[in-house]
Amino acid sequence: MQTKVKTILTNTGNLTIFGGKFFKVMLAPPYEFKEFVKQCFSIGYKSLPLVAVTGFIMGFVLTLQSRPTLATFGAESWLPKMVALSLIREIAPVVTGLICAGKIASGISAELGSMKVTEQIDAMEVSAINPYKYLVVTRIMATTLMVPLLVIFADLIGIYGGYVGVNIHSKITLFRYFTQIFESLGFSDILPATIKTFFFGYFIGMIGCYKGFTASNGTESVGKAANEAVVIASLSIFLIDIIAVQLTDFFF
Amino acid sequence: MKEILKNNMDDNKIINEIISIKDLYKSFGKNEILKGINLSVKAGENLVLLGKSGSGKSITIKCIVGLLEIDKGGINVFGKEISNLTNKELNEVRLKIGFLFQSGALYDSMTVSENLLFALKRMKKKISVQEIENEVLEVLIAVGLKEAIDKMPSELSGGMRKRIALARTLILKPEIILYDEPTTGLDSITSREISELMLDVQKKYKTTSIIITHDMACAKLTADTIAILKEGVIYVQGTYEDLENSNDEWIKSFFI
Repeated sequence: MQTKVKTILTNTGNLTIFGGKFFKVMLAPPYEFKEFVKQCFSIGYKSLPLVAVTGFIMGFVLTLQSRPTLATFGAESWLPKMVALSLIREIAPVVTGLICAGKIASGISAELGSMKVTEQIDAMEVSAINPYKYLVVTRIMATTLMVPLLVIFADLIGIYGGYVGVNIHSKITLFRYFTQIFESLGFSDILPATIKTFFFGYFIGMIGCYKGFTASNGTESVGKAANEAVVIASLSIFLIDIIAVQLTDFFF
Repeated sequence: MKEILKNNMDDNKIINEIISIKDLYKSFGKNEILKGINLSVKAGENLVLLGKSGSGKSITIKCIVGLLEIDKGGINVFGKEISNLTNKELNEVRLKIGFLFQSGALYDSMTVSENLLFALKRMKKKISVQEIENEVLEVLIAVGLKEAIDKMPSELSGGMRKRIALARTLILKPEIILYDEPTTGLDSITSREISELMLDVQKKYKTTSIIITHDMACAKLTADTIAILKEGVIYVQGTYEDLENSNDEWIKSFFI
């Protein structure tokens, strides 16, 4: 038990140092702009289909599931507002965050883990190239920038999914549907939800890179690193969400 | 045996040492691997490091290039104490040292050409496209794989991967090359080709090398001096012929 606690504390400490180093190394030249763009493409663009499908289903199902309850109170007209608020404030950021934790964090840790065990990271180091700068900084920056964009994309697709769901039982034009939504949305709905997604992105990238970078030698450790990256990144999404909700309550 | 060691140590005092390891200790937890290694390599020399698996040969060369921190002792390369260098100074030294990994360690996501250019572009920022092309072609011709320029590492055989890894090392014009089991996993013909290539490289680029190998044919062909590691220390150092004719049964066992 004592050893387990010690291991958890040691890992948390190492993760903090690893994540903190990002801010120091990120600012110092040379800048790996080409690799950053490549990672943005790989992390952002290649995740679009998955996020689109999930976003659509979220909005569609949420609408269908909420309708009967609202109909009991004769409040079906509130459906667009309720779906949009639920999606933007909570569901789209958390679900997209979890999808990214599964897809991106595991991908990064498996890639870096296999580079570590095949000595590719050592090869960079002996060529006087900083592997942290080339591999870690570019990936964390890409996830920090791309995850919020993916969440915004999921919001839009999810709201459209809600529109399709609403139109199964009643008829409403797309213009009227979106007008109702925009009338109900405020600054305090969008800003806190967007800010927290930057933290989601940072932690997904950082945990993926840390687990890959610290994979021990052997192919088994690559699978283990990818698995641990998904678990820890998913857990961190929920922890950040709890903190973000409390802070939003306090400030807005 | 002691005489061989003594004679060599005397020679080293006279001739310029480019790598000098003094009383090197390295352990991992409670597992002591290196227990006071003393070794010196002269400029232009090919030193072959022999020893049983797990004796600390790879760890020794990883310490030389600063991939592993040492526990005690000193490693002096080009007159600089490796453990006292800042990151920037260490990188300057590393640019003069080439390291050929056992697996080749080619970057999987890049083509052969991108593998070769990866470090070069970062080292020489103002290099022209024509110069880049010339340098890539020069090293690919040197390793005999000009046609592999646009291939991915996954499309190469084991021997080709090692040649490309050597080309990637050569493009930075190193003064020292550290080879970690360059012929392991290759057939005898390819092993001989790689060994001959290492000799050609030494002649053409005037490099100093430390070669770790279990392949005695490679050792015979490439070694100016052989050092054998046993239980964390250099047990003996001498020429191939000296050691082959040694009366020590343990040393002789390497040459059977």
